Amino acid sequence: MKLTELIQLIDGAVLTRGADLNRDVRGGCGADLMSDVLAYSQPDAVLLTGLCTSQVVRTAMMADVAAIIFVRDKQPTEEMIQLANREQIPLISSPHGMFEVCGRLHNAGLQSLEHAYDEG
Amino acid sequence: MDAEPLRTDRVITDGAANLISRVEELAYELTIAEVMSRDPRAIAPGTKMGEVMETFREARISGAPVVANGELVGIVSLEDLIRALRESNIQAPVGEYMTRMVLTVKAHSPLIEALKVFEQRHVGRLPVVDDDNRLVGIITKGDITSGVMRALQYDYQEEEVRKYRARHLFEDIVSDRTSLTLRYKIAHGAFAQGGNASSHIKRALLRLGASPQIARRCGIAIYEAEMNLIIHATNGGMIRIEIEPHRILMEAIDDGPGIYDVEQAMQPGYSTAPDSIRELGFGAGMGLKNIQRCVDDMYIDSTPGRGTRLELRINMPPQESLGDAARKTGTTEERDDHTTNHRR
Ligand SMILES: Nc1ncnc2c1ncn2[C@@H]1O[C@H](COP(=O)(O)OP(=O)(O)O)[C@@H](O)[C@H]1O
Ligand SMILES: [Mg+2]
Repeated sequence: MKLTELIQLIDGAVLTRGADLNRDVRGGCGADLMSDVLAYSQPDAVLLTGLCTSQVVRTAMMADVAAIIFVRDKQPTEEMIQLANREQIPLISSPHGMFEVCGRLHNAGLQSLEHAYDEG
Repeated sequence: MDAEPLRTDRVITDGAANLISRVEELAYELTIAEVMSRDPRAIAPGTKMGEVMETFREARISGAPVVANGELVGIVSLEDLIRALRESNIQAPVGEYMTRMVLTVKAHSPLIEALKVFEQRHVGRLPVVDDDNRLVGIITKGDITSGVMRALQYDYQEEEVRKYRARHLFEDIVSDRTSLTLRYKIAHGAFAQGGNASSHIKRALLRLGASPQIARRCGIAIYEAEMNLIIHATNGGMIRIEIEPHRILMEAIDDGPGIYDVEQAMQPGYSTAPDSIRELGFGAGMGLKNIQRCVDDMYIDSTPGRGTRLELRINMPPQESLGDAARKTGTTEERDDHTTNHRR
């Protein structure tokens, strides 16, 4: 699924600039616990999260996350946006809650990438 | 007369400001020759205006330099053509309608010179000449825009150049055994900076030619270790990475408080982190386990009251080694002489 398609599906607002929104995303991963993302996400997943701290952006960098979606209209700080701009990780905010966002994306055919790297 | 109120709804972020100043710099760095269109459609003064119309339509241009005996004598534009049409005189030669007082710019001048002329004079294109006043090209505002865009794109490619250079480090420097050591100081409680060292390390590995998988494993392991120093180590600590073509050694060292029971600390879910840490998405007691699954070897040496030393090691198979030479020969003889501390 193209990132632009995904953004439409969740009524998302893009908060960063310059990153490639035409890229493909392979699947998704939803978590508020960053250690979960580090342990149980595969590269190129979009990360859906209710946590809104710089650690989310850092975690995304380490785990090769394709884009971060903040659920329930969480607004990242300017500092987080700058960090994400530098690292070219799109930040997207959706007005919907975690369950709703996951549901919409899953329904549209986005697969789960919530398993550890070594689990294939 | 009142001045226009300043627009406050358009916030310029640092990122945008950087981009703007980069574009300004480029106006001085780039030369006109670098962005102009070469081989302009030169027209002879004797050409009929009707033929000029055909040329414009065919080449999708709206103006062209007029050249006689290799010398620039004028410029003919769509406006001249319209005048000829209005006067029903398209059989007339170009020489009759062209503009003779031609503004030109020099090929080796910086782009800013062309921008100045475009701003001050009402022209759509400028013939570009060399030092002998010979026509070498033509420049429009559109050429400037696309030239600057290309240059910005090139800036982006500089990362590729950096990667290229770094990747050759292990080949360009000859020694019996080359390694690169990176050290980072980590302050206790510095949550805002948490992950800074790890991102530098991950980027360095990618530049050195590590595969995305290796860089990701190292990044995740060292990020968890960095967070542990920030969260648990009383005085912060130090991260040390030693990169060799076939393996990466990582160390996180601190001087307290130490871990009483390493077995227990390794158990998923065991954590002494306060709730405030959990609000950052850490402190669920998964860090050490995460680290372990990312590395090939892990060793913890900890003395309560004295401090903790975490040693990690990732081995690269020959085809993933850093540096082409190592990759080709698949040399492995030096691989196992640094494992004296290794107990797991
Ligand atoms: N550098 C350290 N110094 C002291 N204690 C540590 C250190 N690293 C880890 N620990 C101890 O090990 C426990 C488990 O660590 P970890 O698995 O990373 O989980 P977390 O950091 O989420 O608590 C920590 O809660 C802490 O008690
Ligand atoms: Mg931890």
